[in-house]
Amino acid sequence: MDTLSLLFDGFAIALTPQNLFLSVVGCFLGTLMGALPGLGPANGVAILIPIAFSLGLGPIPSLILLTSVYYGAMYGGRISSILLNIPGDEPAMMTCIDGYPMALKGQAGEALSLGGVASFVGAFVATIGLVILAPQLVKIALLFGPAEYFVLFTVAFATLGGVSSTNQAKSAFAAALGLGIAMIGSDSQTGSQRFTFDHIHLYDGIDFLIAIVGLFALSEVLIFLEHHKGGAAGTTGSAKVGRILPDFKMIKSCIPSMARGTGLGFFSGVLPGAGASLGSFLAYSLEKQTVDRDGKTFGKGDPRGVAAPEAGNNAAAGGALVPMLSLGVPGSGTTAVMLAVLLQLNITPGPLLFTKNPDVVWGLIAALFIANFILLLMNVPLVGLFTRVLLIPTRILMPVVAMISFVGIYSITGSTFDVLLMVGFGFAGWLLRKLEVPLVPVILGILLGNQMEVNLRRAMTISDGDWLVLVGSPLAIILWLIAITGFMLPMFIGRRMKSRIEDERKTSETPLGD
Amino acid sequence: MSDRIFGGFGLALAIFYIWAASIIKDSFMVDVVGPRAFPYIVGTVLALTSIYFIARPDEEPKWPILRDMAEILFATAVMVLYALLLSDVGFVISTTFATAYLTWRLGTQPLWSLLVGLLTAVGIYVVFHLILGLALAEGPLGF
Repeated sequence: MDTLSLLFDGFAIALTPQNLFLSVVGCFLGTLMGALPGLGPANGVAILIPIAFSLGLGPIPSLILLTSVYYGAMYGGRISSILLNIPGDEPAMMTCIDGYPMALKGQAGEALSLGGVASFVGAFVATIGLVILAPQLVKIALLFGPAEYFVLFTVAFATLGGVSSTNQAKSAFAAALGLGIAMIGSDSQTGSQRFTFDHIHLYDGIDFLIAIVGLFALSEVLIFLEHHKGGAAGTTGSAKVGRILPDFKMIKSCIPSMARGTGLGFFSGVLPGAGASLGSFLAYSLEKQTVDRDGKTFGKGDPRGVAAPEAGNNAAAGGALVPMLSLGVPGSGTTAVMLAVLLQLNITPGPLLFTKNPDVVWGLIAALFIANFILLLMNVPLVGLFTRVLLIPTRILMPVVAMISFVGIYSITGSTFDVLLMVGFGFAGWLLRKLEVPLVPVILGILLGNQMEVNLRRAMTISDGDWLVLVGSPLAIILWLIAITGFMLPMFIGRRMKSRIEDERKTSETPLGD
Repeated sequence: MSDRIFGGFGLALAIFYIWAASIIKDSFMVDVVGPRAFPYIVGTVLALTSIYFIARPDEEPKWPILRDMAEILFATAVMVLYALLLSDVGFVISTTFATAYLTWRLGTQPLWSLLVGLLTAVGIYVVFHLILGLALAEGPLGF
């Protein structure tokens, strides 16, 4: 019952007029970014972090704004999947398969409202799951010492490639690259200058926001330039929205699909290295196996094929917040960006956050509940607003995205060097994506590098230099086993999983991670 | 082949990184492992994975044709130029031209792209500077 009263306090914080307003703004921007192909939850939130920060919003209001964007983008992704057969973001990929055929049959409005309701169910149940599961995980996390924390970070990197990764060496390289960048600057333990080469701009290290915005947002702009994709997304689709009234009979018949999708999605969100894309993929595949073994209706506009993956990816988005908030270890690209939000606000996630700043945690969770209701409203009756956005041509949209990235970074640092550095990260990000080196481990390395090292050094100090302390407790050994399994598993099943996912989706977008 | 070249660069980077770690000076404070141990581990992972890329390269990625490659390089150059000139010329003027370039390369008519650039620059200036109060580069004209 302790939890309930804390949650109640959270609502008191989240329901103040300013926070409620920010929540509405965040939901709106999030749905918009989700709907637009090329702008997903990860780069959408990344662009907004420096802006929220330089607006001088406090920690809780900024968090409310940005988590609303995060949830909103998960809702919005389905819009272009259904109308145009182009996923608005990576996790919405599976919604194309049955959503677009529904739209071709003239049921776009039904598909959109069904997807909105399924998103609501997934996200709402997952938020309840977060309330129940996170405090339990905190209890386990409180048993962790520095050695266990070091191993936990290793688990995060080992599993981040995900089960569909085909080349684990590239994930490991990416992680080491990020960790290496994090080492630049003065050493937090002893104050020695490391890798700065007496360059004054490097004394404080490289700001992770510069790396995130460069790697995620600017590299996306370069990808668009490379493919000369300048047209409006909205002109390629032939589907009309039609009536946007929810068809209650259809929604009712999809309730079991939503329930299965939600369960599976939440589960894969909580697990390290799975994330929302895999959540929606699993939800769709399971649904197909359960209700349509012979493949008669799936892929031809079956409403259950929209409900399951939409519930799945939104539930995974909520589930992914569990390890991020309670352990401080994100499992996906978007939650890595959410971790960046917390770090930028000087909030260290992890078990201590729940005891030291309960107002932040529970205010955030209450805001998620509120965001869900706002999003349901925006995404079912008002979805017509967002379908029009798809008519904006990317030749105008992408330059604007680039410029807003510049504005954000310039306004927090005010330094030409940092803006140049961001361009450098943008180009490097494009190159790495071409070579199929995942970017998410790079980001996570930059974000977690210093904490990982600090924990290693603390463990060493406690054990007086004995490296065996890293395998010195049953908990640490279990974590090592998880890390090794998570790293080895994709080597055996990675190729099969990836080809299965690619068989299902027809469009070839360069994946960014979710 | 691309992966082999990439591995070569990675290996060079790793060697440089380990060398740079070896010259980190100790400060007056010391702990058991010191400031060099973790960078050595990171450098080793970089080196091992790079050797793996050289030994077992993936399939060749789809590189853009020369013209599209030039497109990427020019766009990057324009962004570098933008970053360099931003504080000297001011936000509105430099953003107008940078946006115009990008939108032109994405397929807008040349004259229209100048208009798109101007509207973007003014729009961002109004929303982010005048309404939200963010600090933008000022330049000699004050905007």
